[in-house]
Amino acid sequence: MIKSELVSALAAENPELSHKDVERIVGVILDHICDALVSGGRVELRGFGAFSVRSRAARSGRNPKTGEAVAVRAKRVPFFKSGKELRARLNAD
Amino acid sequence: MKPKTVTRADLSDALHEAAGLTRQESARLVERTLDLIAEAMERGETVKLSGFGVFQVRAKRERLGRNPKTGAPASIAPRRVIGFRASQVLKARVEQG
Repeated sequence: MIKSELVSALAAENPELSHKDVERIVGVILDHICDALVSGGRVELRGFGAFSVRSRAARSGRNPKTGEAVAVRAKRVPFFKSGKELRARLNAD
Repeated sequence: MKPKTVTRADLSDALHEAAGLTRQESARLVERTLDLIAEAMERGETVKLSGFGVFQVRAKRERLGRNPKTGAPASIAPRRVIGFRASQVLKARVEQG
């Protein structure tokens, strides 16, 4: 499923809203999650999962083409952990 | 200062303010959005949300683990797990802070 398919599915359930409205609604939700992560915060959606930011230590890596050692700086990466209920739904059989 | 954890209530407030929907309607739409994503994953679909990231359902085979309390070997049943890869845009923004 891609974003436009999500928008279409949500729009089909809500005929009172225009397709444009629904596009905006999905956008606001996703942007809000992104903004929270950018400011270093955590987003907890019970049953669905939690988005957080994890720190990765600096390490030395290698240029895969030349084999040359390169220093990789410490960085922060977005992380998602699925919620209990979602994991259960995925493994219901 | 560590920002406050964002919850469903915050997402629905954001909708209420940005889209001019009632609070009740906003809460319902947040829930349906998350649920449509979850339903797609239940069907085993990869969910690609451009600018945000990709949720991918991966199948794990059965493997032998251990009960961490007793140390007794225990088999871990085959299961499906969700992987999330943030988009390049989101990764870059998080990195910059």
